[in-house]
Amino acid sequence: MRRQFLSLLALSTALVAVPAAAQDKLTIYTYESFTSEWGPGPVVKKNFEEICNCTVDFVAVADGVALLNRVKLEGKSTSADIVLGLDTNLTHEAKETGLFATHGISLDKVDVPGGWSDDTFVPFDYGYFAIIQDTEAFSTPYKSLKDLVDGYPEQKIVIQDPRTSTPGLGLLLWVKAVYGDKAIEAWENLSSRVLTVTPGWSEAYSLFTSGEAPMVLSYTTSPAYHEINEDSTRYKAMAFEEGHYLQVEVAAATTKGAENPLTKQFLEFMTGPGFQDAIPKTNWMFPAGETSGPLNPAFDRAVKPAKTLAFSPEEIAANRDAWIREWLDVMSR
Amino acid sequence: MGVYRDSRVLAGIAGLAAVGLLIGGAFAGLISEALDDWSGAASAFDSYLFRITRFTLWQALLSTLLSVCPAILVARALARHPVFWGRSFILRLFALPLAVPAIVASLGILALLGRAGIFADALAWLTGEPWQGIYGLSGILVAHVFFNLPLATRFLLHALETVPTDQWRLAAQLGMGPRTTFRLIEWPVMRAALPGVAGLIFMLCITSFTIVLTLGGGPRATTLEVAIYQALRFDFDPARAVALTALQIALTVVVVILLVRAGADMVADANMPVARRRPNMARAPETVFNALVIIAALAFVAGPFVSTIISGVQADLVRLASDPAVHRATLTSLGLAFIAAALSLLLSLSLTMARSAMEHSRNRTASPSFLERLFDTGAGFVLVVPPVVVGAGWFILLIDSGSVFSLAPVMVVTVNAVMAMPFALRAIRPAWDGAAERHDRLCASLGISGFNRLRLIDWPSIRRPAFTAFAFAMALSLGDLGVIALFGSDVVKTLPYLLFERMGSYRTADAAGIALFLGIVCLALMMLVDRTRRSA
Amino acid sequence: MSGASIELRNLVFSYDETRMEFDLSVPASSVIAIMGPSGSGKTTLLNLIAGFEKPVSGKVLIDGRDVTGLEPAERPVSMVFQENNLFAHLTVEDNVGLGRSPSLRLTDADRADIAQALAQTGLAGKERRLPSELSGGERQRVALSRVLVRDRPVLLLDEPFASLGPALRREMLALVRQLHFDHGMTILMVTHHPEDAQLIADRIAFIEAGRIVAFEDTTTMFSRAAPDAFRAYIGA
Repeated sequence: MRRQFLSLLALSTALVAVPAAAQDKLTIYTYESFTSEWGPGPVVKKNFEEICNCTVDFVAVADGVALLNRVKLEGKSTSADIVLGLDTNLTHEAKETGLFATHGISLDKVDVPGGWSDDTFVPFDYGYFAIIQDTEAFSTPYKSLKDLVDGYPEQKIVIQDPRTSTPGLGLLLWVKAVYGDKAIEAWENLSSRVLTVTPGWSEAYSLFTSGEAPMVLSYTTSPAYHEINEDSTRYKAMAFEEGHYLQVEVAAATTKGAENPLTKQFLEFMTGPGFQDAIPKTNWMFPAGETSGPLNPAFDRAVKPAKTLAFSPEEIAANRDAWIREWLDVMSR
Repeated sequence: MGVYRDSRVLAGIAGLAAVGLLIGGAFAGLISEALDDWSGAASAFDSYLFRITRFTLWQALLSTLLSVCPAILVARALARHPVFWGRSFILRLFALPLAVPAIVASLGILALLGRAGIFADALAWLTGEPWQGIYGLSGILVAHVFFNLPLATRFLLHALETVPTDQWRLAAQLGMGPRTTFRLIEWPVMRAALPGVAGLIFMLCITSFTIVLTLGGGPRATTLEVAIYQALRFDFDPARAVALTALQIALTVVVVILLVRAGADMVADANMPVARRRPNMARAPETVFNALVIIAALAFVAGPFVSTIISGVQADLVRLASDPAVHRATLTSLGLAFIAAALSLLLSLSLTMARSAMEHSRNRTASPSFLERLFDTGAGFVLVVPPVVVGAGWFILLIDSGSVFSLAPVMVVTVNAVMAMPFALRAIRPAWDGAAERHDRLCASLGISGFNRLRLIDWPSIRRPAFTAFAFAMALSLGDLGVIALFGSDVVKTLPYLLFERMGSYRTADAAGIALFLGIVCLALMMLVDRTRRSA
Repeated sequence: MSGASIELRNLVFSYDETRMEFDLSVPASSVIAIMGPSGSGKTTLLNLIAGFEKPVSGKVLIDGRDVTGLEPAERPVSMVFQENNLFAHLTVEDNVGLGRSPSLRLTDADRADIAQALAQTGLAGKERRLPSELSGGERQRVALSRVLVRDRPVLLLDEPFASLGPALRREMLALVRQLHFDHGMTILMVTHHPEDAQLIADRIAFIEAGRIVAFEDTTTMFSRAAPDAFRAYIGA
């Protein structure tokens, strides 16, 4: 009898609590792999909801680019409080829209290579692009991007298309950062080793793991996945002496979200362990904030770039189209 | 003008209006967004565009040719041998490629002919140098033929099956050899069907996207579809997307018109037989030839499936089978595909009905009106409107309504239904027209019309092709991914979607397992439809 | 052209649940009407003689020669169906020409024969027409013209005039009788109309449930001496 009464009480409080909870809602736009069951989304949602007494709603679109397009289209009427998953290739364009608000939080806990001081975008993870080799196909890694570019053309690599994929654009910028005006010649040489150019990361990586090519463009953290989940050290990232190109993924509040107190709370939460602990083994990137303990040793074994390469968002926005066109011309020959 | 009061024509106009609304709405959405800045449309026309247009046309024409020509032989061989063990399995298998996501098929093909493929050593030995895989135009062609040869075969076989049994008997009695039979009986029927089949395949190849990018080997192989995708997804330049889509449609219209001109305008024989049994007419030497043709086609189509199965069974299938995410995705896929197929069938029926009603009400020597042509080939052109254009256009239209989330499944269903229409139309039309020819006067005299006629007269005679159309549409919808790019996809997490999700998080083995599962679901569907059809 | 005898010896045919057994001996140059209820096996009987169906056991002899193992084209037989006798995309002349050369390689002599056959069936001047431009009766005349140029001693007619009006049907039967008079081929004709049989047949074979239950002179069959089942069938 008593238990029945208690459960009745619980039910009625729950009913009363529903409208209140409905007000305390945080809507986050992000990309699909973030919210997939393997992604950080589920853990992040659970951890934040425990401390905020609110509901987190994720809306997932295909990728970072689609994310920005969606927000641009929705404009001021967007229901997003936070947009999570843009990268530094897109932040300049994003800022131009005037749809994003300054974050107003302390960036003390933020830790990305080269430091971070932007007043709008808050990083949540980062990674370095790297060429992954299949050690069963060949054992000696290339020491530099130059070795790769000038190397034995029979040894093939799968890359992604910069027109349709973030890593693809990453390689384009990497080559540009290393070769500068000589980038065209570099691509001319490299193109003979390119087995194929895929629309996205998934297709390229599938081809690579199915043995089609001994090399693929991915991230320095990719070997950690195979080591942790498959207990395999077959796939290794190659350390290039010119340095590796950096990708930083960021989140920002929309102007609408700036009015929701939960927004600021989440951005702060994002730089701490409740969010950052989930990143390495779900997003397979490096955390950009404070974690509660050291990372899995597999991440320590990841390639540590001799130098961090990166263009500023403004440089990228100004040159991207021309550089892609240049790449197209070389690769179409 | 009386014809416009015919309820069948009205139904057709309604169907056409629905399709027009879907496509027109998408364009309206994009154009409204592009109004501020039209510069993208003008700047799209440069030497780069010229290059990709040339490549788009070239690969599509070659793919069509390579799919259709062998299909003529295969369809003929299958028609000459109406009964042999495994025949119905082959036909079911031939319906499967449509349902397979392009990336699965590409990986399946690469597992055979890729650089590390099963045949790599043999090919290296043949060519005398290390085999580098079939990347480039050859890879695109192989994949397109894999998708379209079975399709063409099924459609041509369908056409061959409209040849009255008595005529096969006549041919046998007159002692026509295989070559004469081909020239006098088989070729005329297939030739009448060819422009339609070739047109359809041309449209499928011109819009090919993943195959071109994955197997094309680099930006040398770029199609208009890729440029449209890039314009919308990455540059978000609606003006350019509209301009490129318009160009793609215009090119297709020109090619299809040329194809129709090249095809003979056949006077269909009014007598449609109901005799089911058809004697096996082939003699020994021809039987050997036909067997070789069928085995070669079977090996070509089954090969990528077999390699998909091989990599699929290496996945942890037990875990996948008990994975609630897989269950949910399966139900979502089946549900959406079912509704899409039903809608597609409905739309196709209304168009077919209207076209045939208009044809019979006009003077035989008069040429078909624009509306009649729209009912006929016009609807087929929806295929060359990229799903990403429809999705993006409607997204823009709906964004202010605030109901974008709940409308995502509706979009998926309608776009799939409309994209499946050209297939459904091809399957239904011959039977419908034949039936109409036989029944129109009778029905007019008996005063049977409207729904009664559909229920009592027309439906029974098109039930079998209608089931085929339904199965095709369902298979097509099962493999689709295109529309939801901007919508946000949590609501419509289908099997192909789940497959991509696993692939995108390093879980390649899971993806292979899901691909296998998707294939099994499709095959089961085909068998189910076959059974329903037989008992119907 | 002259007729050939036809003999069916213990000819057994089976398909699904159906089983048929035929024994028949037809003298050369006779005209036989085959009658019987729907589904009794009339068309199957013709198909067995033409070679479109293969028997389980038994023999078909034409002119004393065993043709059971022969292909349809190798048998000395022509057949005319109720419809679909013509190829829609070929002209009248070509449709008839197929009876001479299945690949339509026709000599001048062939063309003369075709013209003569068309004249005999009353189709002179319609050589270039397409089947769709002909009436139902004319289409069957084309089929009969082809029979003439094919010049085989056995002609099988499977309800060839069933869809024609009474006057036209009588006209066509008269044509068949005339052709028989001129060429003397053995004719087996499936029909449902007693008057057809009375008009041209010497004898009537009555089939019931896959067996020939009566095979008598036409006059006998239309007299009180006819078997009861046949009398019931024709409603006498």
